[in-house]
Amino acid sequence: MSRHLKETIIKGIFAVFAFASVLILALIVVFLFREGIPLFKGVSVIDFIFGMEWYPTYDPPSYGIWPLIVGSLIVTIFSCLLAVPLGVLSAVYVSEIAPASVKDIVKSIIELLAGLPSVVLGFFGMVVVAPFLQDTFDLPTGLNIVNCSIILAIMAIPTISSISEDALYAVPREFKEASYALGATKYETIAKVIVPAALSGISTAVILGMARAIGETMVGLMVAGGAAAIPESIFDSVRPMPASIAAEMGEAPFESGHYHALFATGIVLFLMTLIFNIIADYVSQKFKETGSATL
Amino acid sequence: MKSKIEWRGKMLKNLLELAVSIIFVLILGVSLTVAAGKVVIKGSTTVLPIAQAALETYMKAHPGVDISLSGGGSGEGIKALIDKSADIATSSREIKDKEVELAKSRGVNPVAHTVAIDALTPIVHPKNKVNGLTIDQLSQIYQGKIKNWEEVGGDDLQIVVVSRDSSSGTFETWGHLVLNNAKVTPRAQLQASSGAVVQAVSKNRYAISYVGIGYLNKSVKALTVNGVPATAKTALSKEYPIARPLYMYTNGQPAGEIAGFIKFVLSLAGQKLVAKEGFIPVTAEAKEKPSKKDKK
Repeated sequence: MSRHLKETIIKGIFAVFAFASVLILALIVVFLFREGIPLFKGVSVIDFIFGMEWYPTYDPPSYGIWPLIVGSLIVTIFSCLLAVPLGVLSAVYVSEIAPASVKDIVKSIIELLAGLPSVVLGFFGMVVVAPFLQDTFDLPTGLNIVNCSIILAIMAIPTISSISEDALYAVPREFKEASYALGATKYETIAKVIVPAALSGISTAVILGMARAIGETMVGLMVAGGAAAIPESIFDSVRPMPASIAAEMGEAPFESGHYHALFATGIVLFLMTLIFNIIADYVSQKFKETGSATL
Repeated sequence: MKSKIEWRGKMLKNLLELAVSIIFVLILGVSLTVAAGKVVIKGSTTVLPIAQAALETYMKAHPGVDISLSGGGSGEGIKALIDKSADIATSSREIKDKEVELAKSRGVNPVAHTVAIDALTPIVHPKNKVNGLTIDQLSQIYQGKIKNWEEVGGDDLQIVVVSRDSSSGTFETWGHLVLNNAKVTPRAQLQASSGAVVQAVSKNRYAISYVGIGYLNKSVKALTVNGVPATAKTALSKEYPIARPLYMYTNGQPAGEIAGFIKFVLSLAGQKLVAKEGFIPVTAEAKEKPSKKDKK
């Protein structure tokens, strides 16, 4: 076998591996749309997305997922309010401030947090956080927006922290040196030079963390309470979209309206995470710090 | 030279034949064992504990029989029966007309076997003062019209309505027998399994929910309905209003191991297991109303 032929074959093999995941994703998307689109023969897109009532098993059924969309967005936003400061600040600490020994420990613990199965966190929320919230604030239920946001924040922290940390590491050494040379303190260097320089990476981290939270199923199912209504307070129950799909798909009659409606909900969810990813990509390209001046 | 090539060709041909026949025998063998001892059961999570207990005992008595069991829900089970990926579908509701139509169009003829009676019981936190409710009160509570325990004789606390996911068989029975198909308030919380319902209610003194009596335990308090407590006796006599039969569906009249298993579930030993899991055996009912079983 000639070296040239070998080379071509190896290239081909790698191409097949690379395109396998592309192909799988394409097939999933095709399937998702094929199963979801038939719903819109009977229900308009507007009625589906902005409909206030989700009664898929009644006769006549109503397939309005607005309360589910609101539920998903609200727990995502609240979890970000918790996870962004925690994730970004821990990344700053780990990459800039912590001594080497502490750094190793903190870093590996954050990575361990990422490895916790979501069902374990969900169970924790159900048997520990829920009764605690209920007793402390004297609430009718502990399975609510706050509980779900806390657990989702715990899940998003490792994502936000590790990607932010990479971004902070990538800030060229010269920036720091220049800042110190001008007489800036450590705090000034971090706040005015390093973090702004890494901002595009940090934004990407935050958006990917949000995508993680919005798609999380088990936690939403176990601790959000599952009420398909627009919440009136932060202690009300909500039903995020993935939880609704997971809870109902098992018993929705095959190829019924309900079945298609759940797939259509999946399409909405897919489009939302897609948008998050596109924004993340755009932000990281657009605001990339390029070049550094050295002698 | 020529003969050598011929000889080689012959040997190759023989080898090929051998290989083909080996493969053929293997396939035949595999398919035979599948036909002989493999039964797939799928469906309702309510019927799951019955099927689990029955198959454990049955497989011990009949070694070599391989029964696989999975949950997923009544609809999922019937779906699997229709596409022939399951031999027995367990269900906590009767098969729907639409599903029968779909089954017939694919050449499947679902036959029902009533294996147990399930009584749904309203449950509350043990500290709740309320001991019983009427069907009408339950209906009003689930529609969100009664919002405070004070209105039904309890403390001045908000009622937190906990329900099952809208497509579970348990929800369907509750909606049918209690709500008379009126809509459950959208503020109702949703739990994806009966176990999770018990867990949620046991931790919340505002809550009310419902489970099959097989799931009752000391962490929650069962309420009487119209003054009648949910017991085997009251459910069988139809005095207790929220009771339903549980089914196993097969494709046509069962044969082989499938028939053996169904027969076992309906036998005295099988029905004892049903009682042990907290459900109500059907044998007494079968004696009282033989016509009901013939109907299907």
